[in-house]
Amino acid sequence: MIPTSYYLLLGAIIFIIGALGVLTRRSALIIFMCVEMMLNSVNLTLIALSRQWGNLNGQIFVFMIMAVAAAEVAVGLAIVISHNRHTNTTNIDEINLLKW
Amino acid sequence: MSANLNVSVILPELILVGFAMLVMILDMVGTDERPTGRTLLPWLALVGVAVAGLVCIQQYSQPAASFQGGAVSDHFALGLRLIILVATGLGILLSASYIPRINKQVGEYYALLLLCAAGMTMMGAATDLMVVFVALEILSLALYILCGLNRESPRSSEASMKYFLLGAFSSAFFVYGAALIYGAAGSTQYDEIAKALAGGNSNLALLYPGIALLLVGFGFKVSLVPFHMWTPDVYQGAPTPVTAFMSVGTKAAAFAAFIRVLVIALPAQQPSWGWALAIMAILTMTLGNLAALRQSSLKRMLAYSSIAHAGYVLVGIVAGTSEGADAALFYLFTYAFMNIGAFAVVIMLEKANEGDALQNRAAGIGQRWPWLALAMAIFMFSLSGVPPLAGFFGKLFVFKAAVDGGWAWLAVIGMLNSAIGAYYYLRVTVSMYFEKPGAETLSQRSTWSALSIGLAVAAIFTVLIGILPGMWTALFTGGLTGLGG
Repeated sequence: MIPTSYYLLLGAIIFIIGALGVLTRRSALIIFMCVEMMLNSVNLTLIALSRQWGNLNGQIFVFMIMAVAAAEVAVGLAIVISHNRHTNTTNIDEINLLKW
Repeated sequence: MSANLNVSVILPELILVGFAMLVMILDMVGTDERPTGRTLLPWLALVGVAVAGLVCIQQYSQPAASFQGGAVSDHFALGLRLIILVATGLGILLSASYIPRINKQVGEYYALLLLCAAGMTMMGAATDLMVVFVALEILSLALYILCGLNRESPRSSEASMKYFLLGAFSSAFFVYGAALIYGAAGSTQYDEIAKALAGGNSNLALLYPGIALLLVGFGFKVSLVPFHMWTPDVYQGAPTPVTAFMSVGTKAAAFAAFIRVLVIALPAQQPSWGWALAIMAILTMTLGNLAALRQSSLKRMLAYSSIAHAGYVLVGIVAGTSEGADAALFYLFTYAFMNIGAFAVVIMLEKANEGDALQNRAAGIGQRWPWLALAMAIFMFSLSGVPPLAGFFGKLFVFKAAVDGGWAWLAVIGMLNSAIGAYYYLRVTVSMYFEKPGAETLSQRSTWSALSIGLAVAAIFTVLIGILPGMWTALFTGGLTGLGG
């Protein structure tokens, strides 16, 4: 059996790749995809831990995350489209009307 | 784990969701040509809030039952529900005449507002990381849409976009933190986590990163420095009633969930998260106040001030005592009235279709609109913590909790910060009363009845809580309990 730590490590690596993608990419859609990748790395972590502990909490959690991620896609794409109507771009460097 | 399904624990949430559905259905009945029925929708939503409030009051006598171990309705949860319902009720009053001007679909607005409120109240009741996550997403998804409600305005959709991207990013951190804590403790339920961690043989390599990631997720929602960058932009771009609602509601809900996780699930780790929170509290208060000093837009100023207020609330939590939890909740209760009240004045001062008001809009309104200026003065004094208004007692209890918990130096920094804060709040008051009305000064005030009611209610309660603080603190004492039932 593959040890749990391997899964956790893979989960952490995917999470970090996703986080770096969010920070470095400029297209709103790709940022969004990177966030989904982070959520999926969490799913992997949860399933591995669920097997480790021998209870179902982790697996139920995964279903919750998948449902939430689906809802997030629906809302997120609508927001991207609505914003795109004003600016004709999904480049976040051009999101600069409001400044700190 | 008890397997009883006591639905009455989440009855207020069910009522809010039910009324949200009702609002959506009734919205479809009316047509664009005959929108008469739609003017009733805010009042219907208000009825929903009132019914949920009555159920909460009724539940005060019989607290703490479990929803399969996922939620409780102890006094802490009920206290938070009260705050959220106040914020929602005032938010609806603020929106009644504002929303039809920017969006024809008023029905979806009130439905989203109620759904968002249901998610927020659930945050305080949840005693399971899974439930907190779902509640957090219910409120966040509704808020992303509400921020972008004004589709004509590029600023509104930009605020929505920013909030969405950063919000989704931060929920990923939150949920990863929850997963790692599950890995360390073997359960997602708070009291089981506390039990497992008290044994001391948990995997610290999972636990500490888990707590840190959880702090990032919550820190974003309550806009703690250094996770605050989105706050001024989103608050400024979103429609003002939404800003008023979210500035109070999100903060209260996320703080309540935050407190419950820290105090119930992770009390053994207090020495480590206490310091992290103390440092964030100092940064948050100082940066929020200093940035607020140099804002010309009222909405941005209030946004930075809300960051500073998150810092004050955090001061109460650092010690991890249940006294601090009560104090933080009471602070958020006072904050609900004074901050939404201040935003109500901003709505009054706004030019049509501008969605924001610069500070010079308020210059000299003391002579022109004495009642409006009086209300604004009350809110500003209360926000800066001048006795005997509500804000003073909020700060007093929070700082007292910090001193009792052995963090006196942190309370001192908090007090110094409220002195900085007083400067920009009083500047608005001075310009209202001592400057001559300029070209930019509000010249015509439309008669907005619902808005005036909301404004008056907020002002009256800000004074009332200040005069009789004991009556109100009783609602928020001894709130936190473990799982009952």
